[in-house]
Amino acid sequence: MSLLEVKNLKVHFPVKAGAFSRTHEFVKAVDDVSFAIEPGETLGLVGESGCGKTTLGRAIVRLVEPTAGSVLLDGEDITQMNGSVLRARRRKFQMIFQDPYGSLNPRMTVEQIVGEALDIHQLTDSSAARQKRIAELLKAVGLDPIYAQRYPHEFSGGQRQRIGIARALAVEPQLIICDEPVSALDVSVQAQIINLLRDLQQQHGIAYLFIAHDLAVVEHISRRVMVMYLGKIVEMAEAKTIIREPKHPYTQALISAVPEVDPETKRKRIVLPGDVPSPIHPPPGCPFHPRCPIAEERCKTEVPSLQEISSDHWVACHLAKPN
Amino acid sequence: MNLLEIKNLKMDFGKNAEALRAIDDVSLTIGAGETVCLVGESGCGKTVTALSIARLVPTPPANYVGGEILLNGQDILKMPNGELRNIRGGVVSYVFQEPGAALNPVFRVGNQIKESLKLHKPEKATNEEVIRLLKLVGIPAPESRIRNYPFEMSGGMQQRVMIAMALASEPKLLVADEPTTALDVTIQAQILELLHELKQRLGMAILLITHNLGIVGDMADRVAVMYAGQIVELAPVKELLRQPLHPYTKALMASVPKLRGDADRLSAIPGNVPRIGNFPAGCRFAPRCPMAKPECSEKVPELVEVEAGRWVRCPFWKTS
Amino acid sequence: METAEPISIAEAKFTLSPGQLFWQRLKRRKIAVAGGVILIFLYAVALTAGFVAPFYYDHLNTDYSFHPPLWPRLSGFHLIVPRTEAQADGFVYHELPNDTKPLHFFVCGDKYKLFGFIPASIHLFGTGDSNYPVYLLGADQFGRDVFSRILYGSQISLSIGIIGIALSFAFGMIIGGISGYFAGSTDTVIMRLCELIMSIPALYLIISLRAAFPPGMSSSEIYAMIVVILSFIGWASMARVIRGMTLSLREQQFVLAARALGQSHLKIICRHILPNTFSYVIVAATLSVPYYILGEVVLSFLGVGIQEPQASWGNMLSAAEDVQYLQNYPWLLAPSAAIFVTVLAFNFLGDGLRDAADTKSL
Repeated sequence: MSLLEVKNLKVHFPVKAGAFSRTHEFVKAVDDVSFAIEPGETLGLVGESGCGKTTLGRAIVRLVEPTAGSVLLDGEDITQMNGSVLRARRRKFQMIFQDPYGSLNPRMTVEQIVGEALDIHQLTDSSAARQKRIAELLKAVGLDPIYAQRYPHEFSGGQRQRIGIARALAVEPQLIICDEPVSALDVSVQAQIINLLRDLQQQHGIAYLFIAHDLAVVEHISRRVMVMYLGKIVEMAEAKTIIREPKHPYTQALISAVPEVDPETKRKRIVLPGDVPSPIHPPPGCPFHPRCPIAEERCKTEVPSLQEISSDHWVACHLAKPN
Repeated sequence: MNLLEIKNLKMDFGKNAEALRAIDDVSLTIGAGETVCLVGESGCGKTVTALSIARLVPTPPANYVGGEILLNGQDILKMPNGELRNIRGGVVSYVFQEPGAALNPVFRVGNQIKESLKLHKPEKATNEEVIRLLKLVGIPAPESRIRNYPFEMSGGMQQRVMIAMALASEPKLLVADEPTTALDVTIQAQILELLHELKQRLGMAILLITHNLGIVGDMADRVAVMYAGQIVELAPVKELLRQPLHPYTKALMASVPKLRGDADRLSAIPGNVPRIGNFPAGCRFAPRCPMAKPECSEKVPELVEVEAGRWVRCPFWKTS
Repeated sequence: METAEPISIAEAKFTLSPGQLFWQRLKRRKIAVAGGVILIFLYAVALTAGFVAPFYYDHLNTDYSFHPPLWPRLSGFHLIVPRTEAQADGFVYHELPNDTKPLHFFVCGDKYKLFGFIPASIHLFGTGDSNYPVYLLGADQFGRDVFSRILYGSQISLSIGIIGIALSFAFGMIIGGISGYFAGSTDTVIMRLCELIMSIPALYLIISLRAAFPPGMSSSEIYAMIVVILSFIGWASMARVIRGMTLSLREQQFVLAARALGQSHLKIICRHILPNTFSYVIVAATLSVPYYILGEVVLSFLGVGIQEPQASWGNMLSAAEDVQYLQNYPWLLAPSAAIFVTVLAFNFLGDGLRDAADTKSL
């Protein structure tokens, strides 16, 4: 059984207009998304701003309420849970955030930040045990425990991310949603955090949903990758497959847009015209068709569904063909 | 004569006992029409170096304690304010990282571009010229766009407007400080294409600041790598990317995951980027350097020209 | 695995919390320090008013009605106090020559209760002889020492300011925090209520609230009533601001992290959101105390606050309402100087606090 199964998840935000807030329109941030994550695996999620990847991550953790669909964790639907039942289940899934400066309360010490996780779920029974556990967690993320009394402002960005990871680890989760965990870090520090996440996965068998916009990072850390565009998944496959043989025109453009370090590679860069359309008024039919270099008539009216065109390679495009 | 020559520039923040050295003996030249990339991480001094070219760093708290910046042969640091204002926008133009923050939210986009024109080319401060510039930067339907406010435009569009403003006065040097970092990858591709095209059409020089080595490979003719206020390596782009000589450059390139690369453990650089005021003694990279020897922490290494056009600040650059 | 060290390990021998950093920044601002010192002095004097004041607040002496200020003089190395006598008509006083008494410190005088419960009769200064009174700021219509009454009045005004602020801000923070955190209809209802309260002109609201209380109340009941009324006016604007700050704070990632951990709503509001509003609250509180002091002054001036014979800056000023009095006996206005100094000191301190809290400024 999969660790996480997302089925037909929709997150629509009402757009209130007018003095008496009649809801006319919706921002379809996440529009009918389904996928699964196996225990201990990393599923990467890429997309550009406005595609809904952050909303998807938050909906899974129920920081944002799903409008429809279900999220099954070990077979239990967490969208139907509330109160203390939900609180207990929260131990199984945690989240790491993007902003190292905003993700830690500036008025709490490291010990209080990590300790809060232990206290909520009463994971230690004496203050000595609590201190010991906090020290263990800090060591596990590469921080010296003597800094437990320090405040966040005394640490660098990379170190703050480590504190955030320690906080998530404290409840011993099986799944961690990583929402752009390295995007705000210096380049030379990103590799440290990526290595740390991989090591923790090997040691504890944690599954990750790794959300990022940097394709190279996502490919490096993930076993499988999903590409999102305007609230929908447009392609999903193994990391190597999706990078080497992308089938969806958006994925192809995304990959070709990444600047290559090697100046010798003269590849034809697919430059997409225009901007990402608004999620309030997505285009009819395939959401990508206005910018798609190979769009046909059919694409303007029919929404393509996610089809498995070869083994474990899913594409939502009318024109995608298997090799 | 080169368009821009920065010679042994030294700049502190603060005075006397509290002085923090932000730019330490930086030398850089840019020839007409050339694109030079300045690569480095946060706090290395690349932004203040770029801003110094038009003396945009307020003094105080900044304090230039040595060196000179020659723009077309004239020393910017000694120039009187009146002439300096002509240089700004006239010879050197800037494009910044966050287009949303760099555009004034209460003025229409057309007016902002016109303001730039009025300052340097008043005879051309007309709507037609603004429309021409918007077309030049690839904004569709420019006639309707000139009445837009910045918030009505997407990030990519805003950045194009910034570039149009920068180009309005036909500068000889465009300084772009991480112009695509805040943009999506596909939009970034558009902007880089645009810069390429403009470079070829207008023949202007570009100083492009970035931390993304991929952009360097795409855009640069020459590359300067900065670390902790100093230039540690300077080379033509092909040579640098094929065979970096400074340990920091090597480590940086090895720590960045590459598309289609292998999924092995990344070789991360241990430790943290040193902050201004806390620079280590001797070679500033030594605490994190895999090849560091005891003498590295004793003396600051000199920037030495090891081959024609290749400079390295490391006495052990040959060992690899 | 690499162990990372915090940035300035060599320098930070001890940890500076955000609070301590704030305090350091505050100390650098001289004008705030000046305001703070003045306030400490004023509150210290208010606490020991009975001791510092040469007379009890209702010590009458009709022989000396409207006596002008009388300062001890230097004679050799002693301070001496002359004796005065009224002329036949009117309230003009002449000094009697060669009739003086030396000024002593720590003299016996009127009985009072130090800190409200310790019976005492030692005063800081005086002559010890009731025929040689020391009227530093003159006397009022009943021969009561204005200086002493200002000191007793400061006890009321200064304490009402602090207690009123504490109550209304505590209440405002909780309400604002709840309103901003839960948003939706809770927020709408609470904010409309706040707006209702804020839209009624303060003065009329104060007076109508006063009218809701029975006319004959003991002085401590009146005191409590004034505090309640002023707090009721003040909490609404604090609640609005805290609600605004809460709305933005709840989107911060550290709040999301606490929610993801399963932290309860109450704890999130109390541990994560409200502490991050402290820098604003401290500044707003300090800058609002003057309004509470003035609120009490207005109530007492209008005769519906602190009643005679209790001294309050407000009711002392109402005695000075008569233009005739002002022309002839200007020292009756002395309480206004006290109010001025207090309000100024709070404003200096508040400005300094605001600068210290603004981490973007140097």
